[in-house]
Amino acid sequence: MSVKEWKERKERFAGVSDREVKGVYRPSDVADLDYERDLGDPGEYPYTRGIHPTMYRGRLWTMRQFAGFGTAEQTNRRFHYLLEQGQTGLSVAFDMPTLLGYDSDHPFANGEVGKLGVAVDSLRDFEILFEGIPLNKVSTSMTINPPASIMLCMYLAVADQQGVSWDQLSGTIQNDILKDYIAQKTYIYPPEPSLRLITDTIAFATKHVPKWNTISISGYHIREAGATAAQELAFTLADGMYYVEAAMRAGLDVDDFAPRLSFFFDVHNDFFEEIAKFRAARRIWARVMREKFGAKNPRSWMLRTHAQTAGVSLTAQQPLNNAVRVALQALAAVLGGVQSLHTNSYDEALALPTEEAVKIALRTQQIIAAETGVANVVDPLGGSYYVETLTNRLEEEAYAYFERIEALGGVVAAIQQGFFQREIADAAYRFQRRLAKGDYQVVGVNAYVDPDEKPVENLLKVDLEAQRRQIERTRQIRLTRDQKKAEAALEELRRASLSSENLLPYILQCVKAYCTEGEICHVWREVWGEYREEAVY
Amino acid sequence: MERRIRVLVAKLGLDAHDRGAKVVARAYRDAGFEVIYTGLYQRPEQVAAAAVQEDVDVVAVSSLAGAHMTLIPELIQKLREQGADDVLVLAGGVIPRDDIPALKEAGVAEVFGPGSDLDEIVRFTQDSVIHRI
Repeated sequence: MSVKEWKERKERFAGVSDREVKGVYRPSDVADLDYERDLGDPGEYPYTRGIHPTMYRGRLWTMRQFAGFGTAEQTNRRFHYLLEQGQTGLSVAFDMPTLLGYDSDHPFANGEVGKLGVAVDSLRDFEILFEGIPLNKVSTSMTINPPASIMLCMYLAVADQQGVSWDQLSGTIQNDILKDYIAQKTYIYPPEPSLRLITDTIAFATKHVPKWNTISISGYHIREAGATAAQELAFTLADGMYYVEAAMRAGLDVDDFAPRLSFFFDVHNDFFEEIAKFRAARRIWARVMREKFGAKNPRSWMLRTHAQTAGVSLTAQQPLNNAVRVALQALAAVLGGVQSLHTNSYDEALALPTEEAVKIALRTQQIIAAETGVANVVDPLGGSYYVETLTNRLEEEAYAYFERIEALGGVVAAIQQGFFQREIADAAYRFQRRLAKGDYQVVGVNAYVDPDEKPVENLLKVDLEAQRRQIERTRQIRLTRDQKKAEAALEELRRASLSSENLLPYILQCVKAYCTEGEICHVWREVWGEYREEAVY
Repeated sequence: MERRIRVLVAKLGLDAHDRGAKVVARAYRDAGFEVIYTGLYQRPEQVAAAAVQEDVDVVAVSSLAGAHMTLIPELIQKLREQGADDVLVLAGGVIPRDDIPALKEAGVAEVFGPGSDLDEIVRFTQDSVIHRI
């Protein structure tokens, strides 16, 4: 009987990104693959198989749960809880007003304070946030963009109070404005001053906070907004190249700053596609950094990445099933060779996670590390006909996008023309239509629906009391600080913002004078204006 | 000739999560509705004013960031103040089940949570405003 006579369940097989796959992959699919050129041993150029020779045999990935809600006190308690449970790095989630540079007592913040993350207005909040956490003992990631430089300065100020020198600090600020214009939409200022804030931060931190990752070039939000795996890969790496060019234009030597660039990708449902995506990302970045930008330091060639399981894949229906989705996605991230990982909690399609839910999410990573044996061997899927084919295909699709972006005039021009936004909106809509047609099945949503499902008890709630307390604290700060000193610091920041000086020393001065984040961002709103997008749908 | 249903898809406050809003806007458009999308970062009074000015039948609010209990009742209040209290208000997104009775009490006709079917949203909207057309 020939293969053709065997019936298949469907006419076409495709995963979440809707790319058709064959039933079997063979040596002929990877006939052109050259081990030395295209893969290399782990720890060797082009790092397809991993950036370290021993990977998780040397050191496990950092287990870093993104956390933040309510006030700094509430989030500080969650941080301590996570560290007690064996988490190895911190990651701060800020609320929407903080992400957009408004203080908690701004009228626009009403109803949103502490809802989606922790509210931070002044240095006082950071002092509470990191109380009892020695900053030389943890690494801290902060997901924030236009105000990233302010948060870094608050962190430096807390380090000073703790007597920790800046060269001992390690962590990451997201600081990636391009993906905000493209997908995350927490932009404030137009591209030019936004990019200046980024290059100023890179220049300052490269010199003074040498172990800090100055930018986390992020595909996560691009993917969550609806992009396919290939789009996530291509748009993120295109953004990365743009930052490298911007920093080189600002006069920095590529090998001085490139080793501190880091990445952040989503891990979605299509298991092998995700593994291939991480492998393709490393290979593309290594080649681009060496061949296009002339980087000489191997550390400049290595793509280091954080990953987070796909929030959009979680269902509000039968939410315990999410724990299974997360486990599979986390396994793909580990097989893909990531440096740090966040696993979502099963209740996150409904609310921010409870302590119980986040513990299971963290335990999922610990189980993968301790029990499954996958961390014992580096890139165990290297050489798989299928995984290598997918890696090649994603790489080809990424290069095709690079050409289209170039033809549009580069990343910023493409943003202004709505190119990325349209590509993502189209993909999001196509996916939703596939769901409606049943062409893609999601258990509990359009397949295996449970009509007698009971609502989930014990969801985390952030009440308006947190907002009230936060506003009270910020008002107290304004009343008790040295007002003249604060005003003078803001005035000096304004002057520097109009010049081309590096802004970080001025921001640090403002932060230490207990100027609030909203006051600092307001200075820039006045000097630079605000970005407005034309919505594409 | 029957006129087309006019719908304003809205994002309120500082909530930047616009995937759902845009997908729903497009589903309405494909169903033959006239669709206006507010874009991000709209205050309740701005959305109410746009609803009145555009003379829409429906305002569909998408929310993920948890401010729905503050901003949606405020929007409905503003619509009433401007004499647009006959506009159908729908809500969608991450809205806990416990909050739904209070939102309906405030004047929201229906809440579509995560996993809602696009065709169902369109059908409900059509059935609810057909008498106006």
